[in-house]
Amino acid sequence: MQIELKLNGRVCKADVSPDMRLLDFVREQGCASVKCGCDTSNCGLCTLWLDGKPVLSCSVLAVRANGHEVTTLEGLQADAAEFGAFLSDEGAEQCGYCSPGFIMNVLAMVKELPDPTEEQIQHYLAGNLCRCSGYQGQLRAIRKYLLAKQEGKL
Amino acid sequence: MFRAKQYLLAQSLEEAYAANQKRTATVVGGMCWLKMSNRQIQTLIDLSALGLDTITRTDEGFSIGAMVTLRQLETDAVLNETFQNAFADAVRPIVGVQFRNCATIGGSVWGRFGFSDVIAVLLALKAKVELYPTGVVELDDFLQMPYDNQILVRILVPFTAKKAAVQSHRNTATDFPVLVAVASELADGSLRLVAGARPQKAALVNTTLTAQSSAEEIEQQLENGLQQMAFCSNMRGSAEYRRHLAKVLLKRAIAQLKEGTANAD
Ligand SMILES: Cc1cc2nc3c(=O)[nH]c(=O)nc-3n(C[C@H](O)[C@H](O)[C@H](O)COP(=O)(O)OP(=O)(O)OC[C@H]3O[C@@H](n4cnc5c(N)ncnc54)[C@H](O)[C@@H]3O)c2cc1C
Ligand code: FES
Ligand code: FES
Repeated sequence: MQIELKLNGRVCKADVSPDMRLLDFVREQGCASVKCGCDTSNCGLCTLWLDGKPVLSCSVLAVRANGHEVTTLEGLQADAAEFGAFLSDEGAEQCGYCSPGFIMNVLAMVKELPDPTEEQIQHYLAGNLCRCSGYQGQLRAIRKYLLAKQEGKL
Repeated sequence: MFRAKQYLLAQSLEEAYAANQKRTATVVGGMCWLKMSNRQIQTLIDLSALGLDTITRTDEGFSIGAMVTLRQLETDAVLNETFQNAFADAVRPIVGVQFRNCATIGGSVWGRFGFSDVIAVLLALKAKVELYPTGVVELDDFLQMPYDNQILVRILVPFTAKKAAVQSHRNTATDFPVLVAVASELADGSLRLVAGARPQKAALVNTTLTAQSSAEEIEQQLENGLQQMAFCSNMRGSAEYRRHLAKVLLKRAIAQLKEGTANAD
């Protein structure tokens, strides 16, 4: 099936099979930041934005992205690097495997909730599993990142 | 993951229904559950082009299209104002925001899953299910129907309940619930109480409680009602633990109803 969509701002046409996942499609297009971490729609590693909303690309058919806009970490390099610096300062990355999906969801949260409460942060990020860090470093990084943004330092 | 040979973006309910009459065809909702099967599907039927992705307030209640996501249920201001955040409270513990941007109310209700938070809240609100071609059936009846080849079109939530409150317990955040308890207060003041994830399908607890019932009446009627109800054990909890949890959570939900502000209708 022919699909045409915008991937990180670039028009992209391709022939896909009816059961191809958006996850496999974007990886074929070179977006290797998007990873598969589970078979049960549970880990959040495959997070990307579909029309600006965070979704699990393992649970979206590539054909459903036809005519829509898809954004991966590759399309948000500057924002990702900015927040990534806070993550590394807090020692919140160990193997780093969860980071692309996590960063995509943090950036989606900041777009939607510019000044989230602690509870809102935890709820928003509950679907991003990290097997290494214990989450505290990630939460510290988010708080410091939000503060820096509020103080106009970013 | 399932395999599929063809994809049909249905242009009408008739077309979707006709295609779904073949045993090898399958409707795809949010795909979160379906993707865990390894079915060999001939035609995947997508309802995305049928405008079933909106929540509309009518004179009788809310009409919720089958393709409305759990995240829409969580964030729709009018729906949540009307029912004291019952929808947001019910779906917020389900996996994560990205998941809830995919999973749909249609797939959730069609699945008739025992663990469903969504079905528990809908049952307490006396929701109805619109099927194509049968028409509108009560959710209670739909839950007993065998799986067939119809299309779930919409969920209708009447203004019958004035208030609703949801309580659930999970062993760890984002896991399936060990128990879901929902209380609603109907216009005549009677309480409608639901226990879900028993782990069987959500069902009504048999009581005659009202918004005016005393703490003793609540205690006694819940005890009796829950004794009549079947609970089972699985890896998340024993039947006995679930029955106990049901009582605790229903009492909390009733207390929450009393504290909550009344629905404007
Ligand atoms: C890891 C995981 C954790 C979960 N945790 C919870 C939880 O804690 N609480 C909870 O309530 N739910 C939970 N769920 C269930 C989830 O919320 C959805 O109910 C489920 O994914 C089905 O919705 P879907 O839109 O993904 O449907 P799909 O997976 O697309 O479809 C499910 C079934 O319904 C059929 N179908 C879909 N739409 C229609 C329609 N309109 N007409 C006819 N048939 C249709 C499909 O053919 C399929 O058989 C969980 C699911 C997963 C995968
Ligand atoms: S790969 Fe785990 S949620 Fe998508
Ligand atoms: S840092 Fe290893 S999974 Fe998160």
